[in-house]
Amino acid sequence: MNNTDIVRSSLKKRYAKEKRFKAYGILSIGLSLFFLLFLLFDITHKATPAFTQTYINLDIDFSHKNLRLEEKSSYSEKELFNASYRKLTSKALYQLFPEVKDRREKKTLRKLVSSGAQYDLRDLVIANPNYIGTKQSIWILADDDVDTFAKDLIDRNLPEVQRRVKDNQIAWIDHLQAQGKIQKELNTKFLTQGDSREPEQAGIWGALKGSLYVMLLTLILSFPIGVAAAVYLEEFAPKNNWFVDLIEVNINNLAAVPSIVFGILGLAVYINLFGVPRSAPLVGGLVLSLMTLPTIIIATRAALKSVPPSIREAALGVGASKMQVITHHVLPLAMPGILTGSIIGMAQALGESAPLLMIGMVAFVADIPQGFLDPSTVLPVQIFIWADSPERAFIALTSAAIVVLLIFLFLMNLLAIILRKKFETRW
Amino acid sequence: MLSKKLTTVSVAALVATAMTMPTQAREHIEIVGSSTVFPFATVVAETFGKKTGLPTPKIESTGSGGGMKLFCKGNGIETPDITNASRRIKDKEVEKCHANGVTDITEVLVGFDGIAIANSRIGANFNAMTRKSLYLGLAAKVPASATGQTWNEEQMIDNPFTHWNQVDSNLPNVAIKVLGPPPTSGTRDALQELAVEGGCKKFPHMKAMKKTNNKQYKSLCRTIREDGPYVEMGENDNLIISKLVNDKNTLGVFGYSFLDQNADKVKGADVDGSAITFDNIADGSYPVSRPLYFYVKNSHRGKVKGMNEFISEFVDEDTFGEEGYLVDKGLIPTPEAKRAKFASDAKNATNLKL
Repeated sequence: MNNTDIVRSSLKKRYAKEKRFKAYGILSIGLSLFFLLFLLFDITHKATPAFTQTYINLDIDFSHKNLRLEEKSSYSEKELFNASYRKLTSKALYQLFPEVKDRREKKTLRKLVSSGAQYDLRDLVIANPNYIGTKQSIWILADDDVDTFAKDLIDRNLPEVQRRVKDNQIAWIDHLQAQGKIQKELNTKFLTQGDSREPEQAGIWGALKGSLYVMLLTLILSFPIGVAAAVYLEEFAPKNNWFVDLIEVNINNLAAVPSIVFGILGLAVYINLFGVPRSAPLVGGLVLSLMTLPTIIIATRAALKSVPPSIREAALGVGASKMQVITHHVLPLAMPGILTGSIIGMAQALGESAPLLMIGMVAFVADIPQGFLDPSTVLPVQIFIWADSPERAFIALTSAAIVVLLIFLFLMNLLAIILRKKFETRW
Repeated sequence: MLSKKLTTVSVAALVATAMTMPTQAREHIEIVGSSTVFPFATVVAETFGKKTGLPTPKIESTGSGGGMKLFCKGNGIETPDITNASRRIKDKEVEKCHANGVTDITEVLVGFDGIAIANSRIGANFNAMTRKSLYLGLAAKVPASATGQTWNEEQMIDNPFTHWNQVDSNLPNVAIKVLGPPPTSGTRDALQELAVEGGCKKFPHMKAMKKTNNKQYKSLCRTIREDGPYVEMGENDNLIISKLVNDKNTLGVFGYSFLDQNADKVKGADVDGSAITFDNIADGSYPVSRPLYFYVKNSHRGKVKGMNEFISEFVDEDTFGEEGYLVDKGLIPTPEAKRAKFASDAKNATNLKL
């Protein structure tokens, strides 16, 4: 047997091996795609109920007597704010179901509408003072139990003790439904409100805005500092110097430090030493930029390294100074890589909740933050808080919040891709 | 070098903000503490915010112990105004508070929470459950006498039980598997102190040990076994419930409000013959229930906007009374006389007496 024969006889085996090798790769991609699609499908499926919200149509009597307002031509906003709105919906419900007399039964009847309905009515009257003294047909926010029932998520055939919605409530809901007085609308509160302990009033806007503030601060702080540090280390720092080596090793190690450590550091330095207020986006952004810095530095250095030396030499050759070489040629060419690294770091920071626990951002914050010093929370924390809430309707809200987080992430990546395309140069 | 300029500017801005941080007054109330009180305190905070138009209090769920630590740190405006606890404040914590100048504290009993021992609706019936069985099933070490050994009965041996019917023949013949909270949770403390220790005390020699060697007694009576039957599930009670549905004979440990919300999926076992119902927890006949408190730093009243109004809202009859909105959220109210006392304490800023 000569060499050609040996090769030829093993050829089949080698081809098969190569095919298998390729198949493993395809299989891995297929598997990850399957899991990704499964996850996306599962989350959107679970989130669907949260995108609509049940409303009940009631004839609300805004008489002066009901509002406990004296009759006059105009009212100040404060007077309207302090008027009585608590009983408006209950009175309308009693009128609709006059047969309900028992005190306990009346209480379950009142519970058809959300406890937040009175505040919605207050805002409505403040916006439309001409409603005072009139009767209006208004769509009132339903309670989360009614909402869950209307979405067929509660089985009416179960024995009564096992249901949150009782037999008499089901009868009332059926009655209202037959009259067309129950309707599902787009859940606008979800995108415009802050957190609430009532699922039907809870919204993601507070957490989304908190995340925006924190991410903005993280970007403003970590991007320039990270790029500047990387440029110095890569272009100016003396080579083979023990101190520079020490810094490099430390940066690489910092990138692998568990994120909660940064939270403890933030608590000790920013809150206890500098007196930055707890739970504010300011301290959140400071902590997360610490966490993102090493990632950005490492990515930037790799991007700077990948710029061919010929570019630098050519620029130096035509008389550019070292700084001109870097700012005019090396940095723009390295920009796509720098951006990719920064986005990876930012995406990590966006999903982080562990370090925020230490600095008080894992909290119930109902008001929407108006600045960097207001208490706020962030998207992953909001998801965590909702996932831990006993009310059934929060399950759908949790998934809906995950969808919002994914969209946020997707937009961030999209921005990076667009910027990268803009800066990309081929040689 | 645009980037460097930006850096300088942002660092300068940061230092400036840090310097001008307001230190004298705060617009919003800051609350920390127990994760069990969290779902109730948040509802009150939200109602208060909507009713008054003042900023909604910020509530962090730090656990009872963590909350006390933050609360007792000092009187500065950066420390929390109120801390929630799913147990009473400890002597040690009061001492620490006093050492840091926090001497004027008001204690308010909010109500009670029952701890459910529950399994799937379609699973075996655990209504014969007792605290003694919970101790024998879950403790790391049990007295030899419980295993039927007749010599050296008081010797403590590693828990040999694998099935509930070995512990008590009235219990079903299913493997011991309990999903419960981790040691950082207040629910876990209650399981250990009320259920497991409660069962442990039923053994006379253990009860005697409490007087002679309290430290050893505590470690023997409160340590949960780590050989598999007790599974720590993290603090997510919804996760425990979904696991119970899939595994019908597994028991789960969580608060009453979760049982109340998921009555179609899981059923709570009777403990010592008392069913886990609203009334049984309220009158104390259901043995595994614990008090929920909040503590107010009186030196902050007047410095923090709306603090007195918030406290009045919390101790209003419409809030923590028998028909109050906290009851709808699963709180078990305190008896009426006690409620009146704590409501007046809260309003008059009565100092805590242990």
